[in-house]
Amino acid sequence: MADYKWPEMENRKLIGKRISRLDGPVKVSGRARYSADVNRPGMLYGAILHCPHGHARIIRLDVSRAKSMPGVKALRVIQDVGAEIQWALDEIVYLAADSETAARDAIRAIDIQYEILPHFVSAEEKDKAPDVKPAQADVKGDPDAAMAAAEVQVEGYYGIPTISHCCLEPHGQVCEWEGEKLTAWCSTQGVSVVPGQFAEALKIPASDVRVITPYMGGGFGSKFSVDRWGKECAELARDAGAPVKLMLERDAEQTIAGDRPSAYARIKIGCSRDGEIKAWSSESWGSGGLGGSGSPPIPYVFEVPDRKQQHSSVATNVAAARAWRAPNHPQACFLTMCALEDTAAKLGMDPLEFFRKNIHMTGRLSATYDQEFSIAEKMMDWKQRWRPRGTDKGTIRRGLGLSLHTWGGRGHRSSCEVLVYPDGLVEAKIGTQDLGTGTRTVIAIVLAETFGLPLDAVKVSMGDSAYPQSGPSGGSTTVGGVSSSTRRAAMDALEMVFAKVAPELGVEPSKLQAVNGKISVIDDASKSIDWKEAARAIGVNPISVTGQNPGPGDLTNSGVGGVQMAEVTVDVETGRVKVEKMVAVQDCGLIIDLKTAETQVYGALIMGIAYALSEEKIIDPVSGRMLNANMEFYKLPGIADIGDLEVHMMTGPGYDDRGVIGLGEPPVVSPGAVISNAVANAIGVRVPYLPLTPKRVLDALEKGGMA
Amino acid sequence: MQPFEYARPRSTKEVVGLLSQYGSEAALLAGGTDLISLMKDGIVAPSVVVSLQSVQDLRGIRIGETEIRIGAGVTLEELRTNSDLGKRFPAVLQAIEGITSPQIRSVGTVGGDLCQRPRCWYYRNGFGLLASPNGQSMVREGDNRYHAILGNEGEALFVNPSSLAPALVALGATVSIEGSKGARQVPLNQFYTSPTAEGEKEYSLGDDEVVTAVVIPAGNLRSATYEVREREVLDWPLVTASVALEMNSGRVSKAAVVLGHVAPKPWVAESAAQFLVGQEINQETAEKSGEMAVSGARPLSHNAYKVRLARVAVKRALMRAAGMEV
Repeated sequence: MADYKWPEMENRKLIGKRISRLDGPVKVSGRARYSADVNRPGMLYGAILHCPHGHARIIRLDVSRAKSMPGVKALRVIQDVGAEIQWALDEIVYLAADSETAARDAIRAIDIQYEILPHFVSAEEKDKAPDVKPAQADVKGDPDAAMAAAEVQVEGYYGIPTISHCCLEPHGQVCEWEGEKLTAWCSTQGVSVVPGQFAEALKIPASDVRVITPYMGGGFGSKFSVDRWGKECAELARDAGAPVKLMLERDAEQTIAGDRPSAYARIKIGCSRDGEIKAWSSESWGSGGLGGSGSPPIPYVFEVPDRKQQHSSVATNVAAARAWRAPNHPQACFLTMCALEDTAAKLGMDPLEFFRKNIHMTGRLSATYDQEFSIAEKMMDWKQRWRPRGTDKGTIRRGLGLSLHTWGGRGHRSSCEVLVYPDGLVEAKIGTQDLGTGTRTVIAIVLAETFGLPLDAVKVSMGDSAYPQSGPSGGSTTVGGVSSSTRRAAMDALEMVFAKVAPELGVEPSKLQAVNGKISVIDDASKSIDWKEAARAIGVNPISVTGQNPGPGDLTNSGVGGVQMAEVTVDVETGRVKVEKMVAVQDCGLIIDLKTAETQVYGALIMGIAYALSEEKIIDPVSGRMLNANMEFYKLPGIADIGDLEVHMMTGPGYDDRGVIGLGEPPVVSPGAVISNAVANAIGVRVPYLPLTPKRVLDALEKGGMA
Repeated sequence: MQPFEYARPRSTKEVVGLLSQYGSEAALLAGGTDLISLMKDGIVAPSVVVSLQSVQDLRGIRIGETEIRIGAGVTLEELRTNSDLGKRFPAVLQAIEGITSPQIRSVGTVGGDLCQRPRCWYYRNGFGLLASPNGQSMVREGDNRYHAILGNEGEALFVNPSSLAPALVALGATVSIEGSKGARQVPLNQFYTSPTAEGEKEYSLGDDEVVTAVVIPAGNLRSATYEVREREVLDWPLVTASVALEMNSGRVSKAAVVLGHVAPKPWVAESAAQFLVGQEINQETAEKSGEMAVSGARPLSHNAYKVRLARVAVKRALMRAAGMEV
């Protein structure tokens, strides 16, 4: 058995280098086929009747006219008369017709009446909520005594709203039956797990379901489930005896296909006059729809010895929350880091000094944070540029903010089959998916590195449930999982090749290495054969080995730290916030592809600027409907709204030797806190809410008597 | 989207003929940036769509001795890149520069900008332009962060969405309209109305009429526009202020101050303009004019911030018109 490990730094030809994503050209040229691009012979188009009310009961439903409309081939009533609808745009009827137009016309021909029931959508107004579930208070030490004894006490109120996942590729799929077997081209984060979900919903064996997802247009945690629209699309296809395409419309995508729960908190921090945190007390609440929300882990990262926190879950008539990139962490980070920065401001301390003074409370990552702060500080020129809160004057005020965050990111369960063909081609078959993060490229790099080949000599076959199962892409678990299973399979396959060619080279297989397109004798490079020639030695059948994760050898790990800083300018007359610069310093263990790792962080910063400055799910208290379920008022930034982004990845001893760790979540955790802190530093008052719109900034200035 | 007939007339005369025939069943399609989304959302459902794209006499810019005539079919990008117009009317140029989408500027037209329907999210969600389906105003009770702060005593609480109108009103522009009874000219500030009942439109254009041109008097005015948006990327302004000043030895001899996106109509701030006459433009007078422009503002439950923004926008537009840094 091979000694499974990653190559030493001096032996890496590809790992850790900046390599462009392999599927870039097919994506930018439009040749990459996404689920919505799949067109099958005789395919029908699905459409959905959604309930327009926040809370209602169906009192009349007549689909007879819709059923008899020209082109309508199948229709399914999902919720019938008497059903209580708990959120706007919940689905009532699915149908399929031979054109999109016919399908939409038929939806409009459905005769439905509702009895409108009272709804509650304003999670912040907890006291008015009909249904609040308070969690048990979480108490450590003696927070009351510690707070009373603290020399300084600082209180604050903070709120972060519900946002949508806003995937640019909406949820949906094309479903096609061949006899009893289903093929589904789904936009999913889990090609290997969706077949089982289809099977359960449709009461067929999972082996009869094949899911294909070669390319994905974003999921961010909202695409793990087959969902009702997946099941109903398959049912319509079965009823109609024809393939059906059903992708969500933008309004449904924004309203019912996932959101990040809100969080509001009253926080009190006790500390010594010289800035040592002594006590924490918080009362928080939030909503993730009717089922409420999970509890954000506050205080975040800092293990305050004497602390208590209680989180209540507020039920709202809003579609259910889904995992949003680092579930609960952005909320926890925003609440905690804003409260800490407010504490530093009250003490008159530089927050960098304040965070560093308490960094021992961050546990085993404290050395990482300390090193990262040293790097970020230089990148931002913090010492020169930071000024005490509210000391900048004039109309355009400048401010700096900082934050830190953590995440796990250990590799998930994964199987990968590596094949070596007699013509020298090396192929990985793996039931994983590339959400746009670079997974395909990373697998290719691991293969090529292991076999000592260039990238174009290897092939990655993925995005298909027919390949060996790999876990769903969530929680930053993919890169650790797929790189480990691929590495193990590749090393095993290479050993088998070594065994075939060792006699010819006159040495033991263990004395061989694969480098620069050759198999050569370690310490005697004069003895070698070309890879192609070596491959011919394996005979007519390809070598096939399947590798697993977890498995022997420490190839993946968990627990990363990152710090971020932002510089903003605020026009105090208009309340406009501009992010001038953001700095992100991030650890993620051994980096396979430095370029896709960096771009992952750039993307996270952009997503973070979006939720910090402009993004918000606005639900109408009157109608219960999402008012901005479009790309016009659901405000994402454009490139001119972004500012300069600088990313530094931690590499080298102490980082590389930890193994591969995921990166999807951590860098998106801090931006809300960082930008809010920078704004507070610039204008002298805390804007308690995200997003930091002109309205919120002006309201805060006015309340602070600074208008 | 309901099925519709598509007509592609070649002249304004043919357009008027079609409108006379189909009346309120017809909708005019210029750049399509608004009508298509209204139709897709089911807010309007015309049975005839009359395209203006082949109507040559709606195109072209004519610069005369006493007036400048801009065809309703001129695109925003054509207007933006006309350097002569840009020099004469900076307020118009700056208003177009606020539309930060080359795609929209390239297909959107002057007539379309003036006649586009309000962006009120209750209207766009199908609750009607006045959004009072049960006699109760959803806007007053609901989320009105982007709604009117002025001229909101009546039923209409949406804001006029036109990017050009404030600047054009400030410059004293008129619109040329043609219909079955012939042509007429209307001062642009009288073109817009504030509907009092559902079904009424927010501008006075008969079912048989089409806007053919905008006419700006050739004067020697110093003008400027200042707008505040939430984003740099294409976004609706929260407020816009356009000003036009006639200067005489360093002092204002005549002034117009017009606010956009604050009322159901472009909002002409008479007293703010009157105050400026006889004054020099400096930080102090600009600020005072801004205060006067919003003196009658009555914010709704969530939009008091717009009062401050309007005040600042007027101040900055005046300073910009006077060549001061803002």
